[in-house]
Amino acid sequence: MKYVIIGNSTAAVGCVEGIRSVDQEGPITVISDEPYPAYSRPLISYLLQGSTTEEKMRTRPADFYEKNGVTLLSGKKAVRIDDARKTVGLESGESLPYDRLLIAAGSRPFIPPMAGLDRVEKKFTFMKLDDAKALEAALTPESRVLIVGAGLIGLKCAEGIRGRAGSITVVDLADRILPSILDETGSKMMQEQIESNGIGFLLGDSVAEFGKDRAHLKSGKTVEFDLLVVAVGVRPNTELASQAGCEVGRGIAVDERSATSVPDIYAAGDCCECRDITTGQRRVLAILPNAYLQGEAAGVNMAGGEKSFANAVPMNAIGFFGLHVLTAGSYDGEEIVETKPGVYKKLVVKDNLLKGFILIGEIARAGIYTSLIREQTPLDTVDFDLLKQKPQLMAFTARRRAEKLGGAK
Amino acid sequence: MKRVYVNEEWCLGCHLCEYNCAFAATGERDMAKALKGMEIHPKIQIEGDNRISFAVSCRHCDDPICMKSCIAGAISRRDGVIHVDKDKCVGCFTCILVCPYGAVLPAPDGHAVRKCELCTDNACGEPACVAGCPNGAIVFEER
Ligand SMILES: Cc1cc2nc3c(=O)[nH]c(=O)nc-3n(C[C@H](O)[C@H](O)[C@H](O)COP(=O)(O)OP(=O)(O)OC[C@H]3O[C@@H](n4cnc5c(N)ncnc54)[C@H](O)[C@@H]3O)c2cc1C
Ligand code: SF4
Ligand code: SF4
Repeated sequence: MKYVIIGNSTAAVGCVEGIRSVDQEGPITVISDEPYPAYSRPLISYLLQGSTTEEKMRTRPADFYEKNGVTLLSGKKAVRIDDARKTVGLESGESLPYDRLLIAAGSRPFIPPMAGLDRVEKKFTFMKLDDAKALEAALTPESRVLIVGAGLIGLKCAEGIRGRAGSITVVDLADRILPSILDETGSKMMQEQIESNGIGFLLGDSVAEFGKDRAHLKSGKTVEFDLLVVAVGVRPNTELASQAGCEVGRGIAVDERSATSVPDIYAAGDCCECRDITTGQRRVLAILPNAYLQGEAAGVNMAGGEKSFANAVPMNAIGFFGLHVLTAGSYDGEEIVETKPGVYKKLVVKDNLLKGFILIGEIARAGIYTSLIREQTPLDTVDFDLLKQKPQLMAFTARRRAEKLGGAK
Repeated sequence: MKRVYVNEEWCLGCHLCEYNCAFAATGERDMAKALKGMEIHPKIQIEGDNRISFAVSCRHCDDPICMKSCIAGAISRRDGVIHVDKDKCVGCFTCILVCPYGAVLPAPDGHAVRKCELCTDNACGEPACVAGCPNGAIVFEER
């Protein structure tokens, strides 16, 4: 069995490990248009901050490819999938045959049309190692940085460069930060934390037009800058899949086995959409754990094993200047809220299930909550009053606890 | 593989395992000297009320979701033991967000996490919580 994987990030690593858990022999070829071994994208802000190094960002040991019998074609781009002949065409003209193919092409920055953007000389996106390196090369201690987008990527970028820039201003059309993972109270708390570390916000505002070194905002304000970072959103790389005839919605449609609608073509990670069990809706869950688990399931199934990844939930662990936020699931339901200085806790319950939570400041043992969501544990089978106080295994019945702690899964 | 298990009916809730765990990590010889007046940061935690108590530490899962979710690739399996490379860890707490047992804890400095590594990461060799349990409630065995 010959395996080909397009992309060389988390979903690809999951796939290789999934394949090798079943088939130790079949040759695997990984195609990557980046010139690096697999590294962690979330760590690019930590790299600029100085809390990791390029070496430490590699998500697997140096002998990963060799040990797993993987041929890595780095710096090569896949441009075509011929599903009838079962080949992948590269930009360089080569053609690679496959028996099973994984598309793990991830996502790319979305840059909306913005008037005058082409006048800006020093503009960056913030998704790849090369993006971080380019930004780093341009940054000076005097740089005035304008970041468009107050989501996870824009704000992680801001934190990463805080100690190396003169000033940082973040503009967002939304009237609050991190709207995809937080509610109003949570957004406010995190905004105060980030502001108190010297980052400025212009919210509910957007760029009407760029000049060479300034942005004229809709509100009439003008922001002068030396460097611009555009971080308004990401788009799944779905083109190869569409062209191969795979069903594509917002992302490539895959089932619980990570199979696309075309035989022998699988897909995983940020390029896909999958079913969020807390809402039942299909969406792109662009988070690293999801990419690994989907990639791993794909790998096992590609190699002839049986693995289903059927309990995808959105979840995020993120911190800014030492204040941590852990969130999971969705927020439609009855709310149980607790606040005290420096701490915000919200649990959301619906249909006898824990659907979601937001924890800021006090995050200990949050995984016990996450597992209730992922396992869809009926709340009348646990002592939910105890769980409201804090996540604890005491809330389970002695029998369930004996199963959990007595065996090992 | 041998793991640490707790027999709930024998656990006294005395918290000695927490002290032995914290002590093992210091590498010191005298517990009183090592821990006196210090805030301890054990990797095993006692839960419960005045009727039931039990110790919780990493299960070294066969399907370790912490390892699969780590954003830095800092968690790996070494001879069965789920190990955190403190040098690679950036303290994002994704592992805390996913561990179903609440077995990963922030490290005292906040820049990494800590969890039970069955005393393979210190000089004890065998789990210190087990050796020091006065009622034989915590065991280290194959199941
Ligand atoms: C700054 C930042 C911070 C983040 N922080 C977090 C976080 O804290 N927690 C979290 O869970 N997630 C975080 N994420 C998201 C996380 O990085 C992604 O979910 C994860 O990287 C997805 O992995 P993937 O394998 O699906 O795709 P990607 O990591 O997007 O990798 C896809 C790879 O495929 C390559 N490729 C694409 N098309 C082709 C082609 N045609 N030919 C060859 N190669 C191709 C791309 O160049 C890329 O190398 C963050 C992302 C960013 C950018
Ligand atoms: S930290 Fe948690 S998820 Fe990871 S191996 Fe230990 S018990 Fe399992
Ligand atoms: S806190 Fe450290 S070990 Fe845990 S997921 Fe983040 S980087 Fe990995």
